[in-house]
Amino acid sequence: MKTFVYIDHFKGQVQAASWEALGAAKSFGSAIAIIFGSGLDALAKTAFEFGADEVLLADDSALTDYRAEAFASTLSALASSQSPDLILFPTTTRTREMAAMLAMDLNTGILVDITALSIEGDQFVATRPIYEGKLFEKISCNTKPAIATLRARAFPRPAQDSSHGGTATKVEAKADSPTTVESYEVAESIVSLTDSSVVVSGGRGVSNNPSLTPPSGMDDKQAEIWRAHQGFKLIGDLTSVLDGAVGASRAAVDAGYIPYSNQVGQTGKTVAPDLYIACGISGAIQHIAGIRSAKMVVAINKDPDAPIFK
Amino acid sequence: MKIIACIKQVPDSEAKVKAENGQVSWGESPLVINPFDEYAVEGALQQKEATNGTVTALCIGLESAKETLKHALAMGADDAVLISDAALNALDTQGAARVLAASINKIGGVDLVVFGRQSLDDGSGVTAAQTARLLGWPMLGLAGQIKVQEGSAQVARVIEEGRQIVHANLPAVLSVVQSIGEPRYPSFMGIRKASKAVIPIWSLKDLGINAPAPIVTRTELVTPPSRDVACEIITGDGPAQIAETLAEKILAEKVL
Ligand SMILES: Cc1cc2nc3c(=O)[nH]c(=O)nc-3n(C[C@H](O)[C@H](O)[C@H](O)COP(=O)(O)OP(=O)(O)OC[C@H]3O[C@@H](n4cnc5c(N)ncnc54)[C@H](O)[C@@H]3O)c2cc1C
Ligand SMILES: Nc1ncnc2c1ncn2[C@@H]1O[C@H](COP(=O)(O)O)[C@@H](O)[C@H]1O
Repeated sequence: MKTFVYIDHFKGQVQAASWEALGAAKSFGSAIAIIFGSGLDALAKTAFEFGADEVLLADDSALTDYRAEAFASTLSALASSQSPDLILFPTTTRTREMAAMLAMDLNTGILVDITALSIEGDQFVATRPIYEGKLFEKISCNTKPAIATLRARAFPRPAQDSSHGGTATKVEAKADSPTTVESYEVAESIVSLTDSSVVVSGGRGVSNNPSLTPPSGMDDKQAEIWRAHQGFKLIGDLTSVLDGAVGASRAAVDAGYIPYSNQVGQTGKTVAPDLYIACGISGAIQHIAGIRSAKMVVAINKDPDAPIFK
Repeated sequence: MKIIACIKQVPDSEAKVKAENGQVSWGESPLVINPFDEYAVEGALQQKEATNGTVTALCIGLESAKETLKHALAMGADDAVLISDAALNALDTQGAARVLAASINKIGGVDLVVFGRQSLDDGSGVTAAQTARLLGWPMLGLAGQIKVQEGSAQVARVIEEGRQIVHANLPAVLSVVQSIGEPRYPSFMGIRKASKAVIPIWSLKDLGINAPAPIVTRTELVTPPSRDVACEIITGDGPAQIAETLAEKILAEKVL
């Protein structure tokens, strides 16, 4: 069994669930890591250390910026020439798009955001959450190669072994894309919420610390945001001690305390940490939708009747 | 500018969803517009206003999905099309993309197709990119902001690491996220207009395509094991003591 594993990264910083996908691939047979970008020799080395049997590296300045069309075309060309049985991705913003396009190019099925994968007969069968995690479905793919994106933290992460090495094989980029990337606004800390074992989130209550006195001359809204920023600073300090990521409720995002990319919940991110700490968050159903897989939830709230305790 | 908003009908997010005899059941809960697609309609309406264009709401669904299309009309969409056909009862995302692409081609002269981030029920978040690939149009995914100018679109795409400004020529496919802005409430005039609207229903024959062969099929529904959630309120003499008790409990649970 031959599996391609796409290693998703942003400017060389890998989405750690890529290694989980590599581990899943190894459990079926040989795992070929696929890396696209430029100047990524270090990442190729890490892929070997996480167990890749082979690394295919498209190292091309035209792939420096992720563009779905170019990445999908590069991968479809590789898949057509090497005929893997299975192509795995970690589920990320990028891979949902490129895997979707790849499935159209190869006219095959895509199993998205799965939490388990097995082989039954000659088909791949995957388990995945539906209806915001209220149910799970088992789905099978009756074409080859099967394409699947794996939910972060649903599959075990293989151990890194620095003695395991190899030489990456250079492959050709298909750089044509109708989109151009003009610029980035990168968040200060790019700890991935979906990958973290600890998430500390702040909600509207974070702006409600009565012991803080905002600098004079602020109007009410400015004072509220100032208070909230003090609160999120505290949350940031805690996450750096615990090696976690900062999350937020939608109310905190809507009030302008923190960017949307930090939002947890139905219309934000789905997280699966061992420890989730909710500060000043009431626990609306749409927020809970994003934290169903958390092992332990700690809520810091002055209202013992808040729904998060129910 | 001619804009299409793709919208799906789904059970309300408050619904108690269960597996019953191998089927999904949501009891008496109403079917509503996919909440992510309300943002798609909002994004489409913003571009309609910015460019003096039109918005067509497009949905594949059962006859009941007319209500969902009427919601989009009440918000301000100009017209709506329902794709409904008995042969479409087990669509996977590829299939949905094929039907949507055929519909978009039949509507014709389209500049911009706006999708939601994902469907609430299936939650794949791949149909937009699959449709774009079939049409051969650029995909501008997860837009938090859209600017359309002289035949091209620039979006601020929200990714794990922050935002990315991406540009493409029209026609293009977009998906939008919540930062696009709160979906507007249907106006009184809008509701009146929507209630009188006659929504055309197109079959596969009208689209000139066969039913897409299912590639991904559901073999089983699984009810997640109910979680025994034990809730404990930690009290104590002031924050320092509460924090200490909490820290001990967290360490005892070995979640760090
Ligand atoms: C379609 C839709 C999608 C949505 N998607 C999301 C989503 O993805 N994510 C999300 O989070 N929400 C989402 N929401 C919004 C959700 O319904 C809630 O409005 C939101 O989660 C509330 O945020 P909050 O808990 O921060 O604010 P509130 O509900 O206002 O709660 C604030 C909490 O802070 C506590 N508090 C106040 N002061 C203090 C203090 N000094 N110390 C301790 N505690 C204090 C209060 O007791 C209260 O419990 C969605 C809503 C809709 C309709
Ligand atoms: N049946 C449908 N009719 C119209 N649009 C749809 C349909 N299914 C999915 N979509 C669109 O595709 C997006 C992504 O859906 P999904 O890939 O299922 O998560 C949705 O937010 C809609 O914009």
